[in-house]
Amino acid sequence: MPSEVLLDVRDLVKDFGGLRAVNKCSLSVKRGTITGLIGPNGAGKTTLFNLITGFYKPDSGHVFFRGEEITGLPPHRIFHKKLCRTFQIPREFKQMTVLENLMLVPAGQRGENLFCSWFLPRLVRRQEAEIRDKALAVLEFVNLIHLKDEYAANLSGGQKKLLELARTLMADPEMVLLDEPGAGVNPTLMKQLVANIEKLCYERGVTFLLIEHDMDLVMNLCNPVIVMSNGEKLAEGTPQEIQRDERVLEAYLGSQYRAAVRE
Amino acid sequence: MELSRVVLGILSGLLVAALVRALAARWWPRARWSVHLSAGLLVGVLAGAWVSQMEGGYLAYLVTFCIMAGIYGVFSLGLNVQWGYTGLFNIGIAGFFALGAYTSALITTRKPPPEVWFYFKQAIGLDQPFLVGLIGAALVCGLVALLLGLLTLRLREDYLAIATIGVAETIRILFNSEEWLANGSQGLIGIPRPLACLIQNPPCAWLPDWAKPLVAGWTARDLDAIYLVIVVLALAALYWAVEQGIRSPWGRVLRAIREDEMATSMAGKNVFGFKLQSLVLGAMIMGIGGGLYAHYMRSISPDVFVPLFGTFIIWAMVMVGGSGNNKGAILGGLIVWGIWIGTTFLTDLISPLLGAISPELPARAPYFRYLLLGALLVLVILLRPQGLLGEEKQVSKL
Repeated sequence: MPSEVLLDVRDLVKDFGGLRAVNKCSLSVKRGTITGLIGPNGAGKTTLFNLITGFYKPDSGHVFFRGEEITGLPPHRIFHKKLCRTFQIPREFKQMTVLENLMLVPAGQRGENLFCSWFLPRLVRRQEAEIRDKALAVLEFVNLIHLKDEYAANLSGGQKKLLELARTLMADPEMVLLDEPGAGVNPTLMKQLVANIEKLCYERGVTFLLIEHDMDLVMNLCNPVIVMSNGEKLAEGTPQEIQRDERVLEAYLGSQYRAAVRE
Repeated sequence: MELSRVVLGILSGLLVAALVRALAARWWPRARWSVHLSAGLLVGVLAGAWVSQMEGGYLAYLVTFCIMAGIYGVFSLGLNVQWGYTGLFNIGIAGFFALGAYTSALITTRKPPPEVWFYFKQAIGLDQPFLVGLIGAALVCGLVALLLGLLTLRLREDYLAIATIGVAETIRILFNSEEWLANGSQGLIGIPRPLACLIQNPPCAWLPDWAKPLVAGWTARDLDAIYLVIVVLALAALYWAVEQGIRSPWGRVLRAIREDEMATSMAGKNVFGFKLQSLVLGAMIMGIGGGLYAHYMRSISPDVFVPLFGTFIIWAMVMVGGSGNNKGAILGGLIVWGIWIGTTFLTDLISPLLGAISPELPARAPYFRYLLLGALLVLVILLRPQGLLGEEKQVSKL
């Protein structure tokens, strides 16, 4: 079992007006794991993701990635530290092709400098060819290769989820935060998504932290599982431990469900 | 006059050839590219020959028309960078138009002697060549856009729109009311036309002896033809520069920002920095457009740079031609300027009719043109929202 802590969140606080969305939340994710993050609606899971990836600035607390403090850095700087995320509702670039959606992502593209694109077109062209090959390989991996020249807007909901995952892969991430990767995905695509996540984790050593409401998916895929409630960490453990945890059943599944389980 | 024939013949021939080739490629996609090209060349040569045989008066009119359409093409290119590719809502083009025109004028004219200061005030007059004026216009507009962007681009997009229209009006009113700066509402006169010395007697000192007889009989109309060549060259150079940027990863980031800013920053791009670059590049292009306008008109005054001529007609050009397509932006400039000029004939035609309704109406006939411009925009949005030439599917093409 790998033991190195990759992502470390300490006493994170975020208030929206009078509402405390994240309340002194502390949790850590070990390298090489697929960690599940569950909790009832409004528990602060997505807010926590936004805090980790720099979209919100925390009111207090710290985030460490690979032992380095990344609290309050702008999103693009955090991205360059190889910590990527996907969105709950896919945010594809609609009027761009699937291939261009992926080719956008790699860092250090010389052609992003206007002067390079004017005066060093051959260098840019060579780099573009490399990036295109990489994007095609990633599309092959997530099984979207047949849609490479389609507008991203025309993809189905599930395909957009795959596109989001593919986009993070273009960055060779060390860790990916997935926000409800399974929501609105049909069972066939879902199997493919799970297989992709497992392959990436076990073969390429990518660490995952994923928010999910589909309990079957979480219990099959994730270990450990972290439970959030009211903006703080409630419990952490193996799927079996979490399933038996009284507090989790209370908070997450509701007291009615717990009563049903007892009968 | 002969020069106008040659210049217009070649230009119209090239334009028609390009259009016919593109249409042929769309209608007969199965034919070979060489067939498309030769069809274009054939029609282009015929069109060029026909234009060059036109009667002198028409020819001169066509030259002035093409110069203005070309200058507006420069503005549409600038707006296309900002709006078409990045989604920056700039409704203060007139401000950069005025700033570019005045900057280039102040750089290239001479400061008036003290005897006439009572009648003609001008704070700066550097007496530099045309090209220095254009570069200065681009730099000053870029600087203003940089300051504007630093202040507003971090805010929501509507704030940029408010700020641009505010800055545009401020610039116009500044030149109007600050008489010491550029002669206030009277405006500047005597802005030099490049290569104007060619039609003087004796011609330019730098001209080699063998070339002097060639330019001996040239008149002001030939100078217009030369200016048309200059405008077309500037337009071509700017088109190349924008196109090269848009086809490369730089343009891909801009288009991603247009689609979704948050997701672009999550793909590791510095959204603010790229938006700033786009705003500044677009404004620099607009500054060059303003400079080209000043040296064509030779005199400028603040009342030219009102929102209608300076901003909204350019928006119409980009929308009609196709935002997100540089060829479309230039084509839109040509078409909308043609319609705008064409409506002057129309208002003459309907004046008697309006007079029959009420004696006051004919005097207001010019406003009918504004209505037509608005109707054109509505038609385009309803029937072909992507414009005549929409954005290509695969834009990254390096």
